[in-house]
This record gives sequence, C-alpha cells and structure tokens, in this order.
Amino acid sequence: MTDLLALCAFNAAYAHVIDSDALEQWPGFFTADCIYRITHWENEREGLPAGIVYADSRAMLEDRIAALRDANIYERQRYRHILGVPRVEHADADGAVASTPFMVARIMATGETMLFASGEYRDCFTVQDGRLLLAERVAVCDSTVTDTLLALPL
Amino acid sequence: MASEHTIHWAGPGLTRVPYEVYTDHSTAQQEQARVFRGATWNYLCLDAELPESGSYRTTFVGETPVVVVKDDDGEIYAFENRCAHRGALIALEKSGRADNFQCVYHAWSYNRQGDLTGVAFEKGVKGKGGMPPTFCKEEHGPRKLRIAVFCGLVFGSFSDDVLPIEEYLGDEICQRIERVLGRPVQVIGRFTQALPNNWKLYVENVKDSYHASLLHLFFTTFELNRLSQKGGVIVDESGGHHVSYSMIDKSNTDSSYKEQGLRSDTDRYRLKDTTVLEGFPEYDDGVTLQILSVFPGFVLQQIQNCLAVRQVLPKEQERTELNWTYIGYADDTPEQRIVRLKQLNLVGPAGFISMEDGAVGGFVQRGIAGANDMSAIIEMGGDTTVSSEGRATEASVRGFWKAWRQHMGDAVQADAGAAQ
Repeated sequence: MTDLLALCAFNAAYAHVIDSDALEQWPGFFTADCIYRITHWENEREGLPAGIVYADSRAMLEDRIAALRDANIYERQRYRHILGVPRVEHADADGAVASTPFMVARIMATGETMLFASGEYRDCFTVQDGRLLLAERVAVCDSTVTDTLLALPL
Repeated sequence: MASEHTIHWAGPGLTRVPYEVYTDHSTAQQEQARVFRGATWNYLCLDAELPESGSYRTTFVGETPVVVVKDDDGEIYAFENRCAHRGALIALEKSGRADNFQCVYHAWSYNRQGDLTGVAFEKGVKGKGGMPPTFCKEEHGPRKLRIAVFCGLVFGSFSDDVLPIEEYLGDEICQRIERVLGRPVQVIGRFTQALPNNWKLYVENVKDSYHASLLHLFFTTFELNRLSQKGGVIVDESGGHHVSYSMIDKSNTDSSYKEQGLRSDTDRYRLKDTTVLEGFPEYDDGVTLQILSVFPGFVLQQIQNCLAVRQVLPKEQERTELNWTYIGYADDTPEQRIVRLKQLNLVGPAGFISMEDGAVGGFVQRGIAGANDMSAIIEMGGDTTVSSEGRATEASVRGFWKAWRQHMGDAVQADAGAAQ
C-alpha cells in the first residue's frame, strides 16, 4: 500500500537531492517514460499545455542536469524546498495520485535569499520493482513570473 | 522643473554607448514620452487573443497601462487603462470579456472604444450635488491609441505622427514577419520573466548575433547556430528593427571555434534524448532560425519549430518584464504540437539557450555601477548599421541606438549619414 508516510518520505528525499546539489540523483525519482513539466496556474486554468520545462522521458531530465553542469551559464545558486503534506486523491498498491504544496527559496552566491517559487506538485506515483517512482510530476507555480532564470529543477 | 540631463556620447559614430543610458532616471522618463509614447508602434497582443467581440486584454506601452479590446464592429481598440476621474485602473484582470468597463472607485463607465459614457450621480442625488451642467463627458476620457494589426500582431501607438505600420516596418521586416505569421496561430502558453536590468540591455541582447554562439553552449554544441553557418543580419533603414537568421549546413565541418580554443565547444556533451531537438520542415526557405525585433520592444522568434513572441516592458530603470507568448499554428497536428512543446525547452526562463539571456543583462547592470561616465564598445563589424551576410557583427545593436537616439531627439547626424 502506498501510504501518506511513503509519499512524505519520497518528497523529502526528492527535495534533499536538489537542495544538496546531488542533481545527478534527481532523474532517478522518475520512471523512464515520465512526464515532468513546470508551468503556472494561469496556463493550467486556460488549458495551455506549454511548460518552461517540458520533459516526456527520464533521459530528458538527465540531459537537463548534464546541460546545467556542462553547458548552461548561471550564477552559483541553491534552493531550499519546503514541502507540505501531500493531499492524496487515490492510493493503492500500484501507486498514488496526490498533490503537494511547495515553497522554494533561492539562495544566491551573493548571499541573497528570496522566495523563488510557490505552488503545487500534481503527481502520479507508480510502484516499479517495489520502488515508488513518479510517472508524472507537474509543478504548477502560483506566480506567472520567474525571476531572472530557472536553472535548478523544482 | 530640473533642466534636461544631457547624455554625453563618445564616438566614432554609434560605436560607443554611455552606461548612463541604463541607469539615469531622467533618461528613463524621457524615453517613456519620446520612445514608448512617441512615434513608435508598440506590440500589445495577438489578434488570436481577442477571439470575440468584447474580448479584452490589459497590457502596457512602456510603463503606461492600456486596455486592448475588440468591439462589435470587429475592430480592435486600445485606450489607456486609467479612469478619467481620479486615475485609477479601469480594468484589473489580465484578460476577459466585457460589454463595457467600469472603474471600481466611483463607477465611471466606458464603452469598448474608451469613451466615457457614464458618471455615477452625474445629476446628483435628490437634486443635490452632482457634476456642474458644464461638465462634458466627451471632453474627458483615457488617452486612446492608434491600432495597427499586421499578420495577427496588434500594435498600438499614442502618436498621431507615427508612420503607417508597413512603412514603419519596411518591406524586408514585413516579409520576414509574414514568413512566420502568415497563417492563423494559437497560444499554447504564456510566461513572464523578471529581468534584473534595464530594458535596453535585453533588446540589445536580442539583436546581438555576436554573442549567440559564444554565451549559449547548447546552441553551439548541437549545431543549431554557428557564426560560420549560412545566414545573416538584416537591419532596416531606421535601424530599429532587425532580423538575424541562419540555416543549418550539416556538410560544413567548422573548426573556427576549436582553433580559437573557445569555451563554447566541447565534444563530450551529447544528448541522451535527442527528441527535444527533433523537428519537421516547415518553411520552404530552409531557414531554421529567425530572430526578429521591432523597435522598441517586440521580438518574434522561430527556432526550428519553436515559435514565440516576446514583449519587452520596462518596469523601473533597472528592471524589465519579459512576456513570452508561446504559439503554434491553429492547424497543427497533435504530433506537431508535441514537437513544439518539446522544443520550447530551448527558450523561456528555463530555456537551454535562453536562460543565460535572463542573467547576462543583470551582469552588465551590476558591472556598470560606478561607471556612469564610461561607455560600452559596440564596434564589431565596424561602425555601420547595414545588413550583412556574416553575423560576427554588432550592426543591429548600433541600429538600435540609431533609432533610439532619433526618437530621443539626439540623432547622430553626420555619422548616421556616413554609416549608410
């Protein structure tokens, strides 16, 4: 049975790999044919499908991390994710459908900390080989505005 | 009132830009009046975003809030989003449908063309109060904009002297817009990026074909854009509009980056999922990249099948709002739509090739603090503002300054002539 505690533990580990700069582990939280998208509530309300990140495979997530490491230029920064309690819509032995609120602070190399994003993960979890994985995670931001750039994933 | 601050421009020609133009507050106020509310066309929205009569959107011309609305006659109107009474916003939502508009403060009302049609308690209450009989509603109202719709792009102008849109853009720019927007489009997403820099730094970045393959490694590595590829830069006669374009030439094995030992070329970087870049041929001319700008703050982008318009809005002298509207064609197949959605990973606030542009303007803004009496060097490709085949040039950046100074009443007389 996929229970609330399992989802909480999953999310805690997910946030930890991003916030501790273990980004190479981040794609491992997803299935091979996952959907991962970052958008905001206005697009969702209007049914507009685009994301500022739009991936339909785990390999695309791995590519994004590779690009962040080797290709893209951005100032050194890190995140602090604060995740709420998942609201479980459905859960059984095979997976779960749940939403989890998030707040993400961004800490710049200059020392500035700002509230970078708040919103909700809309998730579909699945169990593969006894492991809980994300088949889909849509990060729906509350604000339509992104400050400067979004490099690290939410 | 304080006398006008004079910016000192060093030469030769348009090759030096004083850093003051990005920091000086009186310059910012002047350009609101002379550039944004001057004889220019400002992008407001897409025709496709006003589908029925009464559809409206609120946006900005420079910092000035405006309402854009379609009326029953099928025409688009725009007026200042400022109640004639006390100056409050008339429309608060980003978009919607309205039969008319009413200010929430004192319920003064306006029709879709921006005419003041109702003043609450105009005749008073029980014979007491009210507006004097001499008050004439027709004499009051928010300022109205001229509207021009070109290829589904809705432009507005506060000026009566602005050139007709096709003349303003010129033939070459018109053709390059038609190339992409010659058929109906659909909005597939909207995102706003808050940039920590003056608006002109972003517009210059858009026009700067020199930086593209140096700053953006993703582009270079996957051979989406190399300076040695076939392509070029078009600068219109005013200098203010530009097109940078290129075509992928897969037979061309280019070593100019390696020879220079530049950072932006590594062999070890390969994608695991190349579907992010997979596209389909869409235009007969083989152009895979076209970045087009219209003075002062509009950008149309085609990168392979990834289409977007961008609206550049100054917020404060050192803050800019960049509004991305992602589009597809109305007759896209579901497969084509997925291709566009995946290629959109290249652009926007998290774009593999655009994210750096969000930050680099801030690097300049922070770098020039304390250097108000110094200037940037914009001399790549000489001092001209003419079109060219190669893209190792800053001609279109100089063109921007030619147009900007023209509108600001500080035209480069002799040099502008020489540059032709």
